Amino acid sequence: MPQTKKKPVHLQEAQAADNVVSVRNVSKSYGDVEALRNLTLDFPRGQLTSLLGPSGCGKTTLLKIIAGLIEADSGEVLVDGKTVTGPGPDRSFVFQDFALLPWATVLRNVAFGLELRGVARAEREDTARRFIKDVGLAGFENSYPHELSGGMRQRVGLARALSVDADVILMDEPFSAVDEQTRRKFQEDLLSLVKNESKTFIFVTHSIEEAVYVSDQIAILLPRPSRVSEIIRPGSFRQKSVENIRRDSEYLDIVDRIWASLRSYVE
Amino acid sequence: MYLFGYKLPGMSSLLVWGALWELIGRLDLTFFVPPLSKVIATLFSIIGTPAFLSALGDTAYAFVMGVLFAVVIGVPVGILMGKNRLLDELLLPWVNIFLSAPLTALVPVLMVLFGFGVTTIIITTTLFAIWIIILNSRAGVMQMNRSLIEMAHCFGASPLEAFTKIYFWAALPEILGGIRIGVIRAVKGVIIGQLLVSIVGFGALFELYSSNFLMSHFWAVLVVLFALAFTISELLAWLERRVAFYAAKR
Ligand SMILES: Nc1ncnc2c1ncn2[C@@H]1O[C@H](COP(=O)(O)OP(=O)(O)O)[C@@H](O)[C@H]1O
Ligand SMILES: [Mg+2]
Repeated sequence: MPQTKKKPVHLQEAQAADNVVSVRNVSKSYGDVEALRNLTLDFPRGQLTSLLGPSGCGKTTLLKIIAGLIEADSGEVLVDGKTVTGPGPDRSFVFQDFALLPWATVLRNVAFGLELRGVARAEREDTARRFIKDVGLAGFENSYPHELSGGMRQRVGLARALSVDADVILMDEPFSAVDEQTRRKFQEDLLSLVKNESKTFIFVTHSIEEAVYVSDQIAILLPRPSRVSEIIRPGSFRQKSVENIRRDSEYLDIVDRIWASLRSYVE
Repeated sequence: MYLFGYKLPGMSSLLVWGALWELIGRLDLTFFVPPLSKVIATLFSIIGTPAFLSALGDTAYAFVMGVLFAVVIGVPVGILMGKNRLLDELLLPWVNIFLSAPLTALVPVLMVLFGFGVTTIIITTTLFAIWIIILNSRAGVMQMNRSLIEMAHCFGASPLEAFTKIYFWAALPEILGGIRIGVIRAVKGVIIGQLLVSIVGFGALFELYSSNFLMSHFWAVLVVLFALAFTISELLAWLERRVAFYAAKR
């Protein structure tokens, strides 16, 4: 008897576990400004989900609520089934303005997340060196952030987020402050990162092309107050090689479709 | 400065003023201004005397202690004010009042409270130095990049870690700027304190020399004090320039 009772519970758990992050009926206002209203959204494990929408529609707010950096007025965020009450080791963040320590070397910056988690110096520097190599910055371990280009700085921010080995990586318009060529290279690297690391990425962008290019799932947010208007899951071209995506007809169709639904919100 | 095409070393204009002083002294207009050469001769004759050395020692001790307290209290308080709105609202008016207050007028009160000794002088020194240190540390925190704070929070920094690993370093250039101005004020504080207490350090020496009309002694001590204050301030400015290098890059 107990076994038959347990089974549905187990099934439910398995289903819930597919979504590593669940946002449930979250609302948030800044004074009179209603940034998010009753927003519900799921983020499947091991996939990259983009939050796409015009500026000021609450993307950063949603991301920071998931990160536990700001508190929602109502509703809740579940990570692996547990309610978020603040930042935790299961999530790490890549900042739009990089948020690097200007007085610290690349090595210390990348290791800083581990430093705060109390990992011993030799160990955290080993880990940091590995990720510095992974993001293509080998040889720059002892440089300072001001000696690097914007693109390289964001690689440092990315290495820092990866080195703490969190399940969920939150990225707030990570490529918006780097030039177009660098950004394209980043997008390709991000695709292989999603493929090779078994991590969940939540990626904020205001670029339609970028969202369609990198995402397994795109949540389109409409502003004032922000809500999810549509969820798009690109299918066929995800398996293609990076060079062919931008020429794929489904890729172009989705870009057009998103533009059609967003254009009326652009003043 | 250039003269007839030759570059003169810095502060060579002081020679002109020195010559003027010598001239006025030689003219014997007033006993109050002895010739500079006599002052310098006196300076070398008293500089090794036990009375002078103990005055220097007392002053240095009070100065160092006063500055130490101002820094050790002022920097954390300033940083906390920058971090915490409530604390800021509570303390800022007082900091501003004390910053511009004529603190000399407080010294007699301090003498009543803490006696005619080195404690009063240390407290006076601290009171002269601390307010600008608080204000600058606060300003340093207020101008810092907010996302550094979010980053630290996100990667699990405890409040103490955020304080020692983020806030302090982010505000360091402003903190050092505040300490430099604070130290210059502390020089004033320690001398004013000693003059008013007048039985400790240079205060006692001044008292002794002026009441015995030993004018060249009086001037000699004054020259030493001015030179010390100037040297300290230049030293700190040099230190600050070295930090400004990274401040400009952040
Ligand atoms: N700290 C804040 N105080 C007041 N209003 C804010 C604050 N942060 C964001 N907002 C407002 O909330 C809305 C959503 O902001 P945000 O989440 O930054 O949007 P996005 O990242 O999509 O551009 C905007 O209208 C913005 O002006
Ligand atoms: Mg934003």
